[in-house]
Amino acid sequence: MNILSLFVAVPVLMILALLLCKDNMKAIRGVMITGASVLVVLTGILATLFLQERAAGNAATMLFTASAMWYEPLNIAYAVGVDGISVLMIALSSIIVFTGVFSSWNMKMAKEFFIWYCLLSIGVYGFFISVDLFTMFMFYEVALIPMYLLIGLWGTGNKEYSAMKLTLMLMGGSAFLMIGIIGIYYAAGHSTMNLLEIAQLHIPIEYQRWLFPTTFLGFGVLGAMFPFHTWSPDGHASAPTAVSMLHAGVLMKLGGYGCFRVAMYLMPEATAELGWIFLILTGFSVVYGGLSAVVQTDLKYINAYSSVSHCGLVLFALLMMNQTAMTGAVMQMLSHGLMTALFFAIIGLIYGRTHTRDIRELGGLMQIMPFASVAYVLAGFASLGLPGLSGFVAEMTIFVGAFQHADLFHRSLTIFACCTIVITAVYILRTVGKILYGPVHNPEHSSLTDAAWFEKVSLVGLLVAIVFIGCYPSGVSDIINNSLVPIIEKINI
Amino acid sequence: MDFSNFLYLGQEIGLVILFVFLFLYDAFGSKKGKKYFQGIAVALFALLTAYGFVEMFYPLFGGSGTVKAFGGMFTRSTLTIFMKNILNVTTLMVFLQANGWLKSNETAVRQGEFYTITLVTLLGMYLMISANNFMLLYIGMETASLPLACLCAYNKSREKSAEAGVKYVFISALSSGIMLFGLSFLYGVLGSFYYTDMANSLVANGINGLIITGFVFFFAGLGFKLSLVPFHLWTADVYEGAPTSVTAYLSVASKGAAAFALIFALYQVFAPLQGVWTTIIWWLTVITITLGNLFAVRQKDIKRFFAFSSISQAGYIMLGIIAGTPQGMMATVFFVLVYLFSNMAAFGVISAVENQNGGDTRIAAFNGLYKSNPKLALVMMFAVFSLGGIPIWAGFFSKFFIFMAAAEQGQYVLVLIAALNTVVSLFYYLLIIKAMFILEPEAEAVPRFKNNRYNNVSLVFCVVGLFVIGIISCIFTYIGGLSFGVL
Repeated sequence: MNILSLFVAVPVLMILALLLCKDNMKAIRGVMITGASVLVVLTGILATLFLQERAAGNAATMLFTASAMWYEPLNIAYAVGVDGISVLMIALSSIIVFTGVFSSWNMKMAKEFFIWYCLLSIGVYGFFISVDLFTMFMFYEVALIPMYLLIGLWGTGNKEYSAMKLTLMLMGGSAFLMIGIIGIYYAAGHSTMNLLEIAQLHIPIEYQRWLFPTTFLGFGVLGAMFPFHTWSPDGHASAPTAVSMLHAGVLMKLGGYGCFRVAMYLMPEATAELGWIFLILTGFSVVYGGLSAVVQTDLKYINAYSSVSHCGLVLFALLMMNQTAMTGAVMQMLSHGLMTALFFAIIGLIYGRTHTRDIRELGGLMQIMPFASVAYVLAGFASLGLPGLSGFVAEMTIFVGAFQHADLFHRSLTIFACCTIVITAVYILRTVGKILYGPVHNPEHSSLTDAAWFEKVSLVGLLVAIVFIGCYPSGVSDIINNSLVPIIEKINI
Repeated sequence: MDFSNFLYLGQEIGLVILFVFLFLYDAFGSKKGKKYFQGIAVALFALLTAYGFVEMFYPLFGGSGTVKAFGGMFTRSTLTIFMKNILNVTTLMVFLQANGWLKSNETAVRQGEFYTITLVTLLGMYLMISANNFMLLYIGMETASLPLACLCAYNKSREKSAEAGVKYVFISALSSGIMLFGLSFLYGVLGSFYYTDMANSLVANGINGLIITGFVFFFAGLGFKLSLVPFHLWTADVYEGAPTSVTAYLSVASKGAAAFALIFALYQVFAPLQGVWTTIIWWLTVITITLGNLFAVRQKDIKRFFAFSSISQAGYIMLGIIAGTPQGMMATVFFVLVYLFSNMAAFGVISAVENQNGGDTRIAAFNGLYKSNPKLALVMMFAVFSLGGIPIWAGFFSKFFIFMAAAEQGQYVLVLIAALNTVVSLFYYLLIIKAMFILEPEAEAVPRFKNNRYNNVSLVFCVVGLFVIGIISCIFTYIGGLSFGVL
């Protein structure tokens, strides 16, 4: 069996194992921790093997490829393969799936929760390993639908509304995506659904002109591109902790990943021609998301809008279409995935104890739960781009790359988007100051406890990854750089 | 007359024998002897279904390939056998699911009639599929329709059921009238009722206004059966009033047979008219899917809800037909097959719950079903997700393939409208999920109960189908290998 297929097989086995557990909390946790650890180990093995192959001089676009014909009459195959970017995304997913398990230690109806959680991770892993458009799309939808029940059943606040809104908006995006995929298949001569083979073929420009916007829009909805971002604040605010983590941390990256892997990679001419429309939209999301975060009072809303801003930056950088900016985009995906997951983990922790997320009712948490508070401050620093943490590396690369364009349009947009650095600092520092420092607002809060050991596992795991990228960025950026070469070549014909 | 022609009628003859046997058994069996009536009826019908599959893979009589019997009136090919098998499986599911309902006091004394009448309608549907002559198609349609009206009114002491029966009689009389009117035009111009002769004459003489008028009336007649908008107005009332198992039968078998008959008529006779019917079907598809969806959103009764959902599903079926290619046919047949499993699973759950709570079919009666009867709620969830086109359930694949088939012919706008409509449909399907999983049960909600064994068999079968049909590709590939006789 191909090592990549294991990433789908392991969560399937986890679901089967969960079905056997009879509401025994210990058994359920055991299954989840074992499974998630296996996934982390597998990721480690995959990364090592990948680096070895590359070091041995294997320069193929995708490694570990395998393909099995599935629906012969329609040329649909189950085809897998990874390049450096996919490996990094898989690593991100593994870290977040692992830490998410620890963040949802005490769930009601834990068995059902984790079954849906595993289904979600099947979709995520499947999407990142697929190189067949159909399987990719299938896994994409597999990842979307569990959200409805995960939010609707285990969420908080206005959960039914948010769950419905999120599901329908994302499904609306995927309707466009489906048209795009079917269109790509026929425009490329209906001989294959394989991404790598389609890349060798040429899609006529008149098809590209409408396929590129549909596909980009389809993925862009999941990437929270303005004005299709409105599912994100409501959805993330209502979702249970682990789901917010996985959704903001990984699922939104499906959008960015899909945008360049499918929309830009396969239709470079249209990207060059029409990219500017989306560049304006994403540039706007970057600033708009940040400004919206400034006025929020709910911790989760702040973080959700900040995600809109950061994910907008990912798409923004991708559309700049040069090596540096795109490297930055992938780093931003990693960085945002990790720090937003960390934020949501801490917010979940705070909310679980204080039962409020309103920053006006919180205060002085540093005295009550120092561990969580320090983690929050670090996450905030990562978010506003403090050197030494992942956010700095990513944003720096993006803006340097974006500024390499000499024309007025790109430069002025870059300068506009740069405002986000200041805006981020405003909302992060404001929140940190409000909830962590100062006197304890609510006397009942002073009896609360700090993070428990399982929560600490989750927080530390994420923090280590953030610091690792921040201090050793070349380890990551080299992998990205190598993988970007064929894509850049194709885009800049 | 060449009696060897009867060899091609294997399934039909089997059905008639079964029907006569059950009729006599029901009429003359002693009270004690009739204790096993249901079991025997189901078992014998299962045998007939199995025979259909044997005939499909290892033809016992008449060899494989397309054969025209009785002077070209009747076609038999692997494809028609496959379609009849789809109907057989549907009927078998209906028999299994009807078990609990038939045992209730109201219907226990006349349960035999249900089986015999259903089998007669099935015979009519067989003829619709195999017809190669419009007269035979018409006879088949009538054989299928009138007994169905009896079935709709089966709960005769309930006002709604009686009303459904009357409505169905009127509507089917109206639709056959319209269809015959159109056929008379076609006969007048083309001089024959045989598909082949008509097609030849159509090619030779070209198209004129009379032919188009005739075609439109003919199409409208079948449109009633398929419940396409604007011929859909009877659907919700009949579906709501008819006993649940009959509704299931109506929504899958009756609709499937009409779709199959339409495929053959369109491609074998009206192929030269493709320019005309593509436009007609295009608009009908758009309004069928859209209106079906919009009305489904507002329904409070789950049977009315599924009536509108089935209207919009009929729109998706038309999406495959509009393509007019072998790929479109493949996708259509596959879609109907998947639709069978999804809808039968849903109706199985509805009838299970309905039997417990005395016929309450409000959606609110399903609130909190997951807490009281998790397994039934899960089956319903699989069914609804499959109808909504969510992977890994089979409905995702069938919908994707039907979109691909339409897109192959460049119908991208239509596909986009249909795809956006899936989002609307997902909204109301999720309302069912919400009722079952998220909302709190009502005070008089059904407690945990043990489901009828026959019904359980059908539900298990449906669930296996929903999971397996999409993942294993061989069924789709098999359908692709069949000859569609398309130009």
